[in-house]
Amino acid sequence: MAVLCLADVAGGAVALDATAKAVSASAKLGDVTLLVCGARGEEAAKIDGVARVLVADDAAYAHGLAENLADLIVSLAGGYSHITAAATTTGKNVLPRVAALLDVMVLTDVTSVVDADTFQRPVYAGNAIQTVRSKDEKKVITFRTSTFEAAGSGGSAAIEAASGAGDTGLSAFVEDKVAESDRPELTSAKIVVSGGRGVGSEESFAIIEALADKLGAAVGASRAAVDSGFAPNDWQVGQTGKVVAPELYIACGISGAIQHLAGMKDSKVIVAINKDEEAPIFQVADFGLVADLFDAVPELTEKL
Amino acid sequence: MKVLVPVKRVIDYNVKVKVKTDGTGVDLANVKMSMNPFDEIAVEEAIRLKEAGVASEVVVVSIGEKKSVDTIRNALAMGADRGILIEEDQGVDIEPLAVAKILAKVVEEEAPELVILGKQAIDNDMNATGQMLAALLGWGQATFASEMEIADGKAVVTREVDGGLQTISVALPAIVTTDLRLNEPRYASLPNIMKAKKKPLDEKTAADYGVDTAPRLTVVTTEEPAAREAGIKVGSVDELVAKLKEGGLV
Repeated sequence: MAVLCLADVAGGAVALDATAKAVSASAKLGDVTLLVCGARGEEAAKIDGVARVLVADDAAYAHGLAENLADLIVSLAGGYSHITAAATTTGKNVLPRVAALLDVMVLTDVTSVVDADTFQRPVYAGNAIQTVRSKDEKKVITFRTSTFEAAGSGGSAAIEAASGAGDTGLSAFVEDKVAESDRPELTSAKIVVSGGRGVGSEESFAIIEALADKLGAAVGASRAAVDSGFAPNDWQVGQTGKVVAPELYIACGISGAIQHLAGMKDSKVIVAINKDEEAPIFQVADFGLVADLFDAVPELTEKL
Repeated sequence: MKVLVPVKRVIDYNVKVKVKTDGTGVDLANVKMSMNPFDEIAVEEAIRLKEAGVASEVVVVSIGEKKSVDTIRNALAMGADRGILIEEDQGVDIEPLAVAKILAKVVEEEAPELVILGKQAIDNDMNATGQMLAALLGWGQATFASEMEIADGKAVVTREVDGGLQTISVALPAIVTTDLRLNEPRYASLPNIMKAKKKPLDEKTAADYGVDTAPRLTVVTTEEPAAREAGIKVGSVDELVAKLKEGGLV
């Protein structure tokens, strides 16, 4: 069987971590052809398990516009049994459109491959895991990256050019507002330090960031913190934000609502710092500290 | 301009769901149901477009069991003009592909210039119906919208993407799916709830639209996720640091 995997591209370059995780999941299904749109293919060609790289460098594919990308993928879909991508915002935007054009269902946020037709995916904010078998001829799948290991980088796949119909004219790119950060990317970080409503203000988020920097960690946030303007929305961890599964997740001033837990409860070790000892976060925390985060977090930063 | 807003009746977001022990699904008996939170945001956005004089009519549609009529009434009480209930009770969640196909027929009939959907339903967490509907109609799509402006036959939409925000412009007619930051939905006031009971509501069935709603995915089992082992409470920051060092985490 052959798999066409859409590489995740961000800021004109292949997002290697998300793509390598989608490749390792896709490789369970067959030979992987990686489709790179709007970026160069050299780095992606080194990902282990990639048999071939197709590069579509037409400007129409540069900004992940769903209409153009979906038409391109459908035009290439003929020889493939599975069409896959990482469940990033690009994958989630494009693949359901591809599936509908092919008249098949889409399987989103797949966490486990049982066999070529059978997959597991979480539902109800991760409170239930469904095993589903697809009757469709082609399977269109987005993989939850936090549950797959990234493939290594010792490969040397051949790179070929791909071309499609180009611009559908249905939508146009206007601008990107990219949050600049030197910190590790949230979904691939080994350690994540997150702040919630308890942090109280945008200024006090600095103590969360200081701890994160001390640990070389990424910074996350609960919805309450984002809605209150303490943190940008792309830091949001949860059912509707990013799903992370780092080695260590430190939740500061986060109560632990169902929707937040959906984004972090597969972390290896969870630490909770909260002054409310009844907070639900303590039910999933491996190490809980009942304390005022304004005392505990700076002290923790100092003692590490 | 007419705006169509599909809404879904789902388990209330505050309810901790229970998985049935026989693996057949989630226990929905006697559980509080509500409008999917993202759909409330979609309804709110459509009403704001009407208040701004951009939209002339807001039509709300829901597909599912008979009780979805409550969800439509709720949207009418928020300020939508008219409802369409498409009854389709399979005893299971209807898949996004089937929903998108029915919605495509509704769009043909109603001819809206804009369809606003929630980005995902909090029950199946699919995040697919809007994109699928756009594909079936051959329309442009702007997903995960946090800001939206309609002008000159286009929707200029700021989208929440990994790493920041992206602004795109989509030619109308178009599909927009809402993210959490788009707006703060209003509460329906009691007088408006009373008035909503008099607003027109058409009742149809999926068969009226000639759409095959047979599921493409068979649910083999539904299980509880693996439980985490009970943790411990530490008494001080020093103890926490010691535990983290012991575990080789820092």
